[in-house]
Amino acid sequence: MNYWNKDMETLPMEKLRELQLERLKAIVKYAYERVPFYRKKFDEVGIKPEDIKSLEDIRYIPFTSKADLREVYPFGMFALPLSEIVEIHSSSGTTGKPVVMGYTRRDLETWKEVMARSLVAFGVTKEDIIQIAYGYGLFTGGLGFHYGALTLGATIVPASAGNTRRQIELMKDFGTTVIACTPSYALYLAEYAKDEMGIDPRTLKLRAGSFGAEMWTEEMRREIENRFGLKAYNVYGLTEIIGPGVAHECLEQNGLHIWEDHFYPEIIDPETGEPLPEGTKGELVLTTLTKEGVPMIRFRTRDITAFIPGTCPCGRTGRRIARIQGRTDDMIKVRGVMLFPYQIEKAILEVQGVEPHYQIILTRPQHLDEIEVQVEMSKEVFSDDVKTIENLRKKLEKRIEETVGIRVKVTLVEPKSLPRSEGKAKRVIDKRGLI
Amino acid sequence: MKIKQISVFLENKKGRLYEALKALADAGVNIRALSIADTSDFGILRMIVNNPEGAKKALEDAGFTTKISSVIAVAVKDRPGGLAEVLKILYDGDINVEYVYAFVEKSGEEALVVLRTNNLDKTIDLLKSAGIKLLDSSAVENL
Repeated sequence: MNYWNKDMETLPMEKLRELQLERLKAIVKYAYERVPFYRKKFDEVGIKPEDIKSLEDIRYIPFTSKADLREVYPFGMFALPLSEIVEIHSSSGTTGKPVVMGYTRRDLETWKEVMARSLVAFGVTKEDIIQIAYGYGLFTGGLGFHYGALTLGATIVPASAGNTRRQIELMKDFGTTVIACTPSYALYLAEYAKDEMGIDPRTLKLRAGSFGAEMWTEEMRREIENRFGLKAYNVYGLTEIIGPGVAHECLEQNGLHIWEDHFYPEIIDPETGEPLPEGTKGELVLTTLTKEGVPMIRFRTRDITAFIPGTCPCGRTGRRIARIQGRTDDMIKVRGVMLFPYQIEKAILEVQGVEPHYQIILTRPQHLDEIEVQVEMSKEVFSDDVKTIENLRKKLEKRIEETVGIRVKVTLVEPKSLPRSEGKAKRVIDKRGLI
Repeated sequence: MKIKQISVFLENKKGRLYEALKALADAGVNIRALSIADTSDFGILRMIVNNPEGAKKALEDAGFTTKISSVIAVAVKDRPGGLAEVLKILYDGDINVEYVYAFVEKSGEEALVVLRTNNLDKTIDLLKSAGIKLLDSSAVENL
């Protein structure tokens, strides 16, 4: 078994918790003293850095949200003057003002370290040729992988994003063995190679890939693996914390190890903010334990995941999180159960075999939530027989219940009767009067 | 001996039946027989028309989901027991009737019904050998 930093990656649990507590106390004090935003937040709830005496005490510290970061655009969260900052990254700002992060020289060293660990975790060595097809620039994807691969000593092909034909030529001519890009781009690459260039992706030398920066599924993993004949691994990270390299899957392909000596993870109930037991799905909250430029205390990622219980055969002690299963923005909570529109979509697709048009309507007729899923009748499944249609309706109800775990009522509606919109369809109508 | 039936999915919403029939009227489609099967959430409008393909196009252009399927048109004696006599033949032949409805018009002295069973071919054979009159599509369309 290969590690980049064996001591840290396999640090016994008690030792790891000790180290985390020590670092948590230090970073909380550091943030309180240097960043007015944190001082104000702490003072509002009457908590002092000295009050943190155990890791559990972290729950008394207020959360930091993406909105908080936008308010202090651009440098309001920085704990050090710009003279100490050596690199700046930023989110794209498509949903509001961008979030700006600054790295000190030591922060960059940390980033290199966690990315090198991430690459080694899925078997990359200095013998590999790694093609980085994440965008280089303000986006952290390209440079994050670049720093990690540079530290490890693999041969970097800094292709950046786009220019699909060129990507495939590079893979073919240079004998690229490892690819890093988004999972949807990987599928596009495979399709393009085959259909536009007559190259069977399986004849390329790719043997492994690290995929992330968007939500994907186990089915997509198998698809990518089959098309290229490679092993696909999950990477997790976000600009606010460091970029890619917060967590990565090991060769077991069973959850992503968080590099816990640098990032302290919590899973909380997104509605109450209370910590959830291991194995329960909730929102991931991260605290940077060592970051100097922009320390992040209890940052709400809005990503939904769960800790995977038990230890990993690979020997790493950092807790594993399941692949990201949704965003709190898309989440619906019904009768205490968390569910996502895409789960319902998947269930309908399995029954009907066609891209579904549907809408989810939430009501609370007698103090109890009801879900109605309206599904448009399609030509493919319509029948002149009531029984057949009733069976279809029941099958949809059953499949959705199996997928999301609660009973729903399915109503079949006429085609094109549900509202269409450009891009994102409005899938959920909440009539419960809760918001 | 099978004839074409057009069926339409109707949501239980005010005005939908009218809109379907309006689309047919505008396309000059004449309805020979009609029935509605309804549940609490939706209905299925089934019709025999003089121009099934034209009806299908008119309805789909108006945004309806339709389907053309096969049924048979049976002439039964217009007196008590006329339909029962036909059903007895099917019962004895172990055929299940899925639905049945009547035409608006008669054919001479006989009443006309639409029949859909679990086995149309066998139904046709049974009825023919019992001397029951079946109408083909041209006969139905020219009523």
